[in-house]
Amino acid sequence: MALLQISEPGQSPNPHERRIAVGIDLGTTHSLVASVRSGTAECLPDDQGRVILPSAVRYLEEGRRQIGAEALAAQAEDPENTLVSVKRFMGRRLADVADADKLPYRFEDTPGMLSIATRDGIKSPVEVSAEILATLRFRAEDSFLDDVFGAVITVPAYFDDAQRQATKDAAELAGLKVLRLINEPTAAAIAYGLDNASEGLYAVYDLGGGTFDISLLRLNKGVFEVVATGGDAALGGDDFDHLLADWALAQAGLSAQSARDKRTVLVAARAAKEALSNLDEVRLTAQLDGGSIDVHISRAQFEQLVKPLVDKTLTSVRRVLRDAKVKADEVQGTVMVGGSTRMPCVRLAVGELFGREVLTNLNPDEVVALGAAIQANALAGNSKAGELLLLDVIPLSLGLETMGGLSERIIERNSTIPVAAAQDFTTFKDGQTALAVHVVQGERELVSECRSLARFELRGIPPMVAGAARIRVSFQVDADGLLSVSAKELISGVEALVQIKPSYGLADDQIANMLKDGFASAEGDMAARKLREARVDAERMLLATASALAADGDLLNAEERAVVDALTQTVSETAKSEDADAINAAVEALAQGTEGFAAERMNRGIQQALTGRNIEQL
Amino acid sequence: MKLTDNDFSLFGLPERQHQERAEIDARWKALQAEVHPDRFAADGAAAQRVAMQWAVRVNEAHKRLRDPLARAAYLCELRGAPIQAHENTAMPTSFLMEQMEWREALDDAGSAAAIEQIDAEVAQRECALLTEAQQLLDVASDATTAATKVRALMFIQRFRSDIAKRLDNF
Repeated sequence: MALLQISEPGQSPNPHERRIAVGIDLGTTHSLVASVRSGTAECLPDDQGRVILPSAVRYLEEGRRQIGAEALAAQAEDPENTLVSVKRFMGRRLADVADADKLPYRFEDTPGMLSIATRDGIKSPVEVSAEILATLRFRAEDSFLDDVFGAVITVPAYFDDAQRQATKDAAELAGLKVLRLINEPTAAAIAYGLDNASEGLYAVYDLGGGTFDISLLRLNKGVFEVVATGGDAALGGDDFDHLLADWALAQAGLSAQSARDKRTVLVAARAAKEALSNLDEVRLTAQLDGGSIDVHISRAQFEQLVKPLVDKTLTSVRRVLRDAKVKADEVQGTVMVGGSTRMPCVRLAVGELFGREVLTNLNPDEVVALGAAIQANALAGNSKAGELLLLDVIPLSLGLETMGGLSERIIERNSTIPVAAAQDFTTFKDGQTALAVHVVQGERELVSECRSLARFELRGIPPMVAGAARIRVSFQVDADGLLSVSAKELISGVEALVQIKPSYGLADDQIANMLKDGFASAEGDMAARKLREARVDAERMLLATASALAADGDLLNAEERAVVDALTQTVSETAKSEDADAINAAVEALAQGTEGFAAERMNRGIQQALTGRNIEQL
Repeated sequence: MKLTDNDFSLFGLPERQHQERAEIDARWKALQAEVHPDRFAADGAAAQRVAMQWAVRVNEAHKRLRDPLARAAYLCELRGAPIQAHENTAMPTSFLMEQMEWREALDDAGSAAAIEQIDAEVAQRECALLTEAQQLLDVASDATTAATKVRALMFIQRFRSDIAKRLDNF
């Protein structure tokens, strides 16, 4: 809908129709879905009362699959077909995965993103994540006996563009409308801040199964402003498991060769690590094909072993403090999130750095999903407007490759999103008619050390002497943190635009095909569903248009009004037909045709808001 | 209120160098509360596009206004003395000497504490130059001289970012 309801912001056109909006924490180790019910966010349980869904998918014969606890239970017995921690592979190439040889999978070095061969064929991490998301979606739909209107999915704050895009693709594949991707620490801050009515500067230290984030947020009257964020998208509890597993193998003088051995020793290490959070010493045993492991390890030994990992997180924390230009003692509290923050050595080290005890009075597993649910509820228009505003940042700088393989930064890290920036470039040679644009993300100066996001070419530049052309490259990062880039030669007007999708995520037609063979078809009659959705959209659009015209109709002259009326008329007539595509087209035409009006209304809304505030100040 | 208004009018602030950071931030949040795409998440693509345009513009203005150096450069430009950092690289010898000494000191610094010491010294110089720029813009109305201070400040800013990079290694 193009028409902005400024007089009643955030209100659904029909107040009786509550939209089911969910927050989903798609974690490395486990995933949760939460929703706001009668004013309170809660995690939704499955039919056996479990809220945590292990992020594990096991592929069986004949296209069947097990998801969650059942899959996890089979991981040592069927390691090659039981995929866990796939979040670590989202948007990654095989070369990006440092410990690939220690994992029991049959990796495929597919272009853009790695994939894994299973008995059910080759699976992309996006598909595997979609299985988990779809399971949570069905859980929510079973809880509410209604369709899910939309979802807020959380991602690590330090996820780059490729990883975010992959996550969004997975949600789409699972048939979820993504209201917003939000950062995990920000979601945690929402849940924590709203619960404790906190104001001031807070740090969120989020050490999960596979990722580490540190975010500094300023909390003030429902506004959650991320001041700076940092972390490591490949550092988490799994790495602690690997270290301990390697140590145990070395102690026993063994090495894990088979897929089963690799998984068995990792499972044993994880169990020992978890037990050490409560005990001073544990016994780590594992029965491998090549022999058996039976060793004792004390907590002190373990802490010595993992100290480099903990120190790595502290380095990120210090950098974020520097980026934000604040001292550790200015931070009023540090919220601990993620299962790995249960380790006493982590709590102690972080507490020491900030000079005060860390906050652990919330469930580190659930807090992210709860915060996402609160934001989802607000975005769906269910809560009162103005209660909540998130101002988040991009974690990594975005830039372009210039001569000599150097990266020229266009948007600096920690810029508040949405953000756009442009820079002018010129040609290097006389008569140059094309320009290669290489988009990269990262802090390093050399392009080879940054992540390559996309390459495209601007062609058809009229031949000019070197340095005469003016090529403006524009970057735009939306509120989901996703980038699009365009390039335009200013003298001739030649233009090229890319969504940063093709080089990493799945192409649109690929998604469409998967949707066709996958989840959605199992959902029953797609055509009927599509028609129903189109009609609901048309109805909403008509209601919004009517209320916008009633409120601000004076902004339109007679001619403009006639255009809007004609478009409205077409929508109401088409909505009676059985043709979903025609309805959608009419709705889109009305949306396009009222965009100018929407902008005018936005102008008026802002002016009124500012005037109102100035009077208050007098 | 238009997308093309200058940063100061957009934020409803007096067009001068002296500003209170808290006031800038408060206005930024008030504006974002009106225009942020999240406010229109349930309203479809066209509303999202308009909201996004506004939110981008408000963030751009905020970024420039909250940073004293960017703000000074912007004021110089508004008053007809653009900085043109690429064309104007000539700096007084004494300034360049000072720069070289700092850079040598940074190369020799072997600990985080030593680097932070250099940073503190540079920060002090930065602060003094900003005060001069503010005086030139707000009192003396001399944008041309202010622009030379801004250019010097840009050198210092680059140096401080090199310092930050060194600190990342500790």
